[in-house]
Amino acid sequence: MTAVQLRQKEETATATLTIDGHEVTVPEGTTVLEAAKMAGISIPTLCHHPDLPPRGVCRLCVVEIEGSYLLQTACTYPVRDGMKVKTNSPLVRETRRTVVELMLARGNHNCPTCPRNQKCELQRVAESLGIRENPFEVFRRPRPKDTSSAAIVRDPEKCILCRRCVEMCQDVQGVGILFPAGRGFATEITTPLDRALSDVACVNCGQCILACPVGAIYEKDDTGRVWDAIADPSKVVIVQTAPAVRVSIGEELGMPVGSISTGKLVSALREMGFDKVFDTNFTADLTIIEEGHELLHRIRSGGTLPMLTSCSPGWIKFIEHYYPELLDHVSTCKSPQQMFGALAKTYYAQKVGIDPKDIFCVSIMPCTAKKFEATRDEMYGESGPDVDAVLTARELGRMIREMGIDFSSLPESEYDDPFGISTGAGAIFGATGGVLEAALRTVYEVATGRTLPSVDFHPVRGLEGIKEAEVDLNGMKLKVAVAHGLSNARTLMERIKQGTADYHFIEIMCCPGGCIGGGGQPIPTTMETRAERIRAIYEVDRSLPLRKSHENPAIKRLYMEFLKEPLGEKSHELLHTHYRRRPLF
Amino acid sequence: MKNYLKSQRRIVLRNCGQIDPNNIEEYIAAGGYRALERALLEMEPEDVIKTIKDSGLRGRGGAGFPTGLKWELAAKASGHPKFVICNADEGEPGTFKDRLILEGDPHCVIEGMVIAAYAVGASKGYLYIRGEYGQSLQTIANAIQQARAAGFLGNDIVGSGFSFDIAVRSGAGAYVCGEETALMESIEGRRGESRVKPPYPTDHGLWGRPTVINNVETLANIAPIIENGAQWFKQFGTATSPGTKVFTLTGDIMNRGLVEVPMGTTLRTLIYEIGGGIPRGRKFKMAQTGGSSGGCLPASLLDVPLDFDSLRAVDSSLGSGALLIVDDSHCIVDVVRSFMKFFEHESCGKCTPCREGTYRLARLLEKIEAEEATHADLEVLNRLCRVMERSSLCGLGQAAPKPVLTTLKYFKDEYLIHLRDQAASKGA
Repeated sequence: MTAVQLRQKEETATATLTIDGHEVTVPEGTTVLEAAKMAGISIPTLCHHPDLPPRGVCRLCVVEIEGSYLLQTACTYPVRDGMKVKTNSPLVRETRRTVVELMLARGNHNCPTCPRNQKCELQRVAESLGIRENPFEVFRRPRPKDTSSAAIVRDPEKCILCRRCVEMCQDVQGVGILFPAGRGFATEITTPLDRALSDVACVNCGQCILACPVGAIYEKDDTGRVWDAIADPSKVVIVQTAPAVRVSIGEELGMPVGSISTGKLVSALREMGFDKVFDTNFTADLTIIEEGHELLHRIRSGGTLPMLTSCSPGWIKFIEHYYPELLDHVSTCKSPQQMFGALAKTYYAQKVGIDPKDIFCVSIMPCTAKKFEATRDEMYGESGPDVDAVLTARELGRMIREMGIDFSSLPESEYDDPFGISTGAGAIFGATGGVLEAALRTVYEVATGRTLPSVDFHPVRGLEGIKEAEVDLNGMKLKVAVAHGLSNARTLMERIKQGTADYHFIEIMCCPGGCIGGGGQPIPTTMETRAERIRAIYEVDRSLPLRKSHENPAIKRLYMEFLKEPLGEKSHELLHTHYRRRPLF
Repeated sequence: MKNYLKSQRRIVLRNCGQIDPNNIEEYIAAGGYRALERALLEMEPEDVIKTIKDSGLRGRGGAGFPTGLKWELAAKASGHPKFVICNADEGEPGTFKDRLILEGDPHCVIEGMVIAAYAVGASKGYLYIRGEYGQSLQTIANAIQQARAAGFLGNDIVGSGFSFDIAVRSGAGAYVCGEETALMESIEGRRGESRVKPPYPTDHGLWGRPTVINNVETLANIAPIIENGAQWFKQFGTATSPGTKVFTLTGDIMNRGLVEVPMGTTLRTLIYEIGGGIPRGRKFKMAQTGGSSGGCLPASLLDVPLDFDSLRAVDSSLGSGALLIVDDSHCIVDVVRSFMKFFEHESCGKCTPCREGTYRLARLLEKIEAEEATHADLEVLNRLCRVMERSSLCGLGQAAPKPVLTTLKYFKDEYLIHLRDQAASKGA
């Protein structure tokens, strides 16, 4: 059979089965869960996550299949022609109920004080099953929360052992610092040697948070520190907003997935009492100028290639732990967040005549790793940390709700000067391939002196794990690659080590889909919502009058007034950094 | 003593105690490796499978799946390489039949593995031995070396052109690793936890490749069947459970230890003729067949034939062949509670019903034994058992409630007299 015939056969192979009396025809290889969904029957799940392989661990989705004495997990069981499935028999209902009761009887499920209250899958299932009493006595083994990490908190007493975090950490991110230990009722999800999260090779990506169905893993809450700063009259509180937050904050506050709410975001931040509202997209443009020149410099001077991007702090910690021998490949550019912080407490402070010590610099990020990044020694200036507090999109959402602001009816406002103007190149930093595309837009024009025929580099866009492209720079073929999700990054790092990655420039983003899928984004974040947010990011890009970083007039002014030239003395002092080897254990 | 030997029929244990297990020559002199030569030199793999299928041999690890069918599924499955695994992770309390075979007649297991490998087209085998079985490990490692030197393992076995070798792997003490998929996880270097089925090992086994996994006792039956034929084998045992079964007699019985009898021998024969009856003048109360997760049978079922289907019909199982006899000096609730403590300790913790359920069963039984439980607790106990039995991920959680369910069925009174509100029930 030819490949085409084979594909046709696969496409046409179907199975017809009966689910609760409804006949449904689905492609072969479909699971009972998917087939039921197609038939409009929803089967409750907990350990199932649409982006992770089903493992049949929690047993909540069990169904009766005619001819099988055992109940089978709908999430794993493949359909067969003629199969008869019952998803609502007394036995199935009794089992579901018992499974949920058993989960609720273990640990601490106190909903009102839980970070996932009203966004908890266990809560939703318990509600839908109408559980009002539990015949099982609650057993709590007191286990302290692990608050050691700058980014992530673990609360083992809320864990239901579904293992979604384990799969995410291990299989998607290729990190593997979460796994089950112990057995039987004493089983728990823990870290190597049960160490504190800050003491293991965790990269703070927060994908475990997005994977968790309950409140067992969540972001370190910094809202209190920010409220305090806003309330402190001696502080000038400035805020920057990351590219990916403008396409997710609306979603966090009840608007449709992929809503673009840049102007409302600015208004909300002003409402909250921030003195100045700036845009990280501005320093994303600046990153492109510095990084683009660094790339050209490396190419022309025989520097270490391929050069790897450096704006994703989860990725940076990953390479520091797992591939320290490749650190010379990493661009020395700080991330846009940190370039912003460094400029805020020097250039901006001078410009407006305030003591940098009086500036409290907040950033709104899609990211948990940014919390850690802001605490790195390298990110401290003379007056303390360049960025004082990092809030995730979820934390900002909570603050806006706490304020009682009706986000969707807010008017649109503009960012403040001098860090308010940005280009489409800065905006696409939020999506996988975006940093590379933004860099290409500038590098092409700087290197060739010609205007780009089209600013859109489609081969580097999209959710493919590893993407490649080639750009002709006056006869020189610039080879580039993009990876998102750390397992894909691993693949490229192995290829660099083997000497089979003959690229000049590689963009790595820690999280699947890039920052729009960051660990600080609204829950749920799935491949579906990631794709929607990416679509929105490119819409932001298209809608902007300027789409190339080097055309940003505010950037030009910054160089004229302060930095003088890319890779110059001031840049090296403020915008570039260095990395360190970190141990695996 | 006369009955003890007379009623036995030794196929599996044919050489145990008769030959020096450390000397391959003695095994060969007793007819060993003749079946291997016949299979590899005179038979096609399909013929081997057909013979095993015709013999009606069913897996001796507990589930009783037809061995020939298992081999056929693996032989037909696509994917290479294929593997044969011998499951020697004998963790069932009160069972040591595999140990006796491994230490008494290691070559019969190796011979069975080579024949299985030839039949399914496997190139590599693993012998997974319970970690606590130090002597078994030593004996089998020595036997493998001897078999290699003699040309029964390795490249071009007995000049047939077929190559196969065996590596030994040792468990680390988890009971669940006796479950076939957990065992494979363990061989692959991961935490011993069962995998969801389907897919089944014959399609998607070790490292995702087609794999046949057979128990030690099953493999010990292979050479005699190949040598003597399917018809010969079928003369022993029952129509649906041919052959013999090795039982480990433990508990309140005179003759404790291993016996091998034709399938279908009744519980009564085993206990009173071969086992010599109940010691100290006590009365028989309960027999648990199949290990800690087996059903608990009362005196009224003493005439049940011990074979796969007869035992299933009374909610029990043949399991590993453990036979625990309990006399009338024991409280049923206490006995069952001790089983549940075992499962609480051995549940791997992967799926909710087993992980949480084994813990809850143990607590509920403690509560009943302490006379603090009520009828409502008994109802919860019952429901939990039903749920675990039908919805646990693997055999461990599915079978763990069996002792509770069968004693609730056959010895309900013993539960009722422990209840705090028993008076209420009498009134009602």
